[in-house]
Amino acid sequence: MSTTLEMERSSTQPVVDYEETALTLGLPGVSRAGGWDQQERKRGFSETVHLLDGSSGIEPRGGEDLGDESPDCAASGADRRRASKERVVGWPPVRSHRKNALRGCTYVKVAVDGAPYLRKVDLETYSGYHHLLTALHEMFSCFTIRDRRLVDPVKGTDYVPTYEDKDGDWMLVGDVPWK
Amino acid sequence: MTYFPEEVVEHIFDFLATHRDRNTVSTVCKTWYRVERLSRRSVFVGNCYAVHPERVVARFPGLRSLTVKGKPHFADFNLVPHDWGGFALPWIEAAARGCPGLEELRMKRMVVSDESLELLARSFPNFKVLVLISCEGFSTDGLAAIATYCRVLRELDLQENEVEDRGPQWLSCFPDSCTSLVSLNFACLKGEVNAGSLERLVARCPNLRTLRLSRAVSVDTLSKILARAPHLVDLGTGSFTIDHRAEAYHKVMGNFIKCKSLRSLSGFWDAAPHCLPAVYPICGNLTGLNLSYAPAIQCADLIKLIRQCSKLQRLWILDCIGDKGLAVVANTCKELQELRVFPSDFYGGGIAAVTEEGLVAVSSGCPKLNSLLYFCNQMTNAALITVAKNCPHFTRFRLCILDPKKPDPVTNQPLDEGFGAIVQSCKDLRRLSLSGLLTDRVFLYIGMYAERLEMLSIAFAGDSDKGMVYVLNGCKNLRKLEIRDSPFGDAALLEDVGKYETMRSLWMSSCDVTLGGCKALAAKMPGLNVEVINEMDESDEMEENPCDLDKVEKMYVYRTVAGPRNDAPDFVWTL
Repeated sequence: MSTTLEMERSSTQPVVDYEETALTLGLPGVSRAGGWDQQERKRGFSETVHLLDGSSGIEPRGGEDLGDESPDCAASGADRRRASKERVVGWPPVRSHRKNALRGCTYVKVAVDGAPYLRKVDLETYSGYHHLLTALHEMFSCFTIRDRRLVDPVKGTDYVPTYEDKDGDWMLVGDVPWK
Repeated sequence: MTYFPEEVVEHIFDFLATHRDRNTVSTVCKTWYRVERLSRRSVFVGNCYAVHPERVVARFPGLRSLTVKGKPHFADFNLVPHDWGGFALPWIEAAARGCPGLEELRMKRMVVSDESLELLARSFPNFKVLVLISCEGFSTDGLAAIATYCRVLRELDLQENEVEDRGPQWLSCFPDSCTSLVSLNFACLKGEVNAGSLERLVARCPNLRTLRLSRAVSVDTLSKILARAPHLVDLGTGSFTIDHRAEAYHKVMGNFIKCKSLRSLSGFWDAAPHCLPAVYPICGNLTGLNLSYAPAIQCADLIKLIRQCSKLQRLWILDCIGDKGLAVVANTCKELQELRVFPSDFYGGGIAAVTEEGLVAVSSGCPKLNSLLYFCNQMTNAALITVAKNCPHFTRFRLCILDPKKPDPVTNQPLDEGFGAIVQSCKDLRRLSLSGLLTDRVFLYIGMYAERLEMLSIAFAGDSDKGMVYVLNGCKNLRKLEIRDSPFGDAALLEDVGKYETMRSLWMSSCDVTLGGCKALAAKMPGLNVEVINEMDESDEMEENPCDLDKVEKMYVYRTVAGPRNDAPDFVWTL
């Protein structure tokens, strides 16, 4: 899988949605014009979560090959990217009612193996994966969070957060940018 | 004509269909003015601040139908501060005092309070029709008052309003004696709905033809409603999430089949693809279809559905239909008149959903197309020229290229020639919205050719004052002009100040107009309200020492006989 993605990346026309979903994420806000560095491919889940939350102070694993981006730059880069997308007030000209209605499909069911019932959460109310996991921890309070997994202290088994995407595939939580 | 008795003159006036014609005859002589005003049953007020409510009511005591519009159009896109104005209460109060026979009230972009709805409900014994579009300020308590006190209510039509939810009991407020409903649209409500009350209400209203349900209404309830009201013509489906249980699915399909009169479908909130076949049985009869709130349905399933809708005249859809899907529309929907393609990804930069290809295909396959709203990632001059040739009957043409100032991607040229072709070919064009990279040249074309144009929306376009002047000089029938983020300044604004008295309104935001320019306009034209809107900023420099050379962030100019308004908030200066 990752080999295929690397081949895609080296072609001259990067496909936008691959960039969004690739395991080989760069820091949010990093200019993509400079191309990707082969070294900064895989990240651990925890680092990915931290990076996507835009929290500063986390060093990227590996070298400095992301175009000299420091974590602070990355955080402000994220701000810049967010700002540039939202800078134009009222554009595109879509009524708020429509924007809100379509954005409203953010409720998801959460099931934990062994828990007696499911819960529903509104993804909109969380600012990032870390926040979401904390909330899930509170909901399924019999578990604790350790290393970004929910751990059952009794059995010692840990639960990796996963989700089913629109194609019906089970995906690891945290790969796709929070937005 | 002066020898005719007034009853005859009045009878002749009955044949005048438009407001414009009735307004015109009222200016002929005093007698005709009097006959006209006493027999006038319907009044349209395009700008609630253009005239005092009391004056309208005094002039037309026999008023039965009143339509009032409030905020400027760009309020839809959050460009107008929240408490700018546009209050419904003064109108309802005035009507309550002066026109007790009022039967119909239609309001758009106004602030409607529960208090005003309650006053409305109690003041007019014959009240039949309430239509609120893009309004705010009320809750379900206000609706409860309408349901309770309007004994002969025929139509309650709530379109895209922001309504505070105070519980589902409003629907239960329709008394058992209420059997007169013909049209009920509460699709915009967000709260829970009492299914039992809804079913009983539908069952006792045999004339119900339009029913648009909110997201909270389940498919089970929909199924029961369809069984009770198979004579529905226009249906908004509610949530339309059908479980995989076969029983619920077949039941609702079975009930759809019975609805032989159904011509228009909307809603489909949260609909997943496997739900759609339930409506296949009635697709062949549909003239209207709105799937623009169903983002989970992708191209392949949309195509399957649309292939069965050969009689479609109006289609609202999301851009996930893609160019491929639009080609299917072009092949199937030969009667299509109105097409709206909405963006599913609001911030752009996503997957190219629809491009110029889709639009060209539809223009080629659907010769009756006359109304378009099209959000796309790119457009070419060649495509627009082709569209103009294929569809000379456009009355409304609104194109939104998501990336501001984007040129023709093939030639890298501005889109002046493309839009020029549209205005030259479409002689009946009344409404136009521009986008993409545009120079002054496009405005030259618009001024030259768009003779019937009444409303023009400009964003991120033009090079100089000349552009705006071309439009003001050329478009004789222009009523509304709204401009944002374009380099038009005082010279353009002041070029022909008399023009604004022939128009309803002018909006300019993030342009080059200065405070001094606005003051000059206000000084020259006392018949206009020149409003400068200054929202509070962290740096209040502008507030404390406004300088005439400062550019004005937002300006709204409108003709009025009511003088400066007395309900303007602090941040609105009427010069």
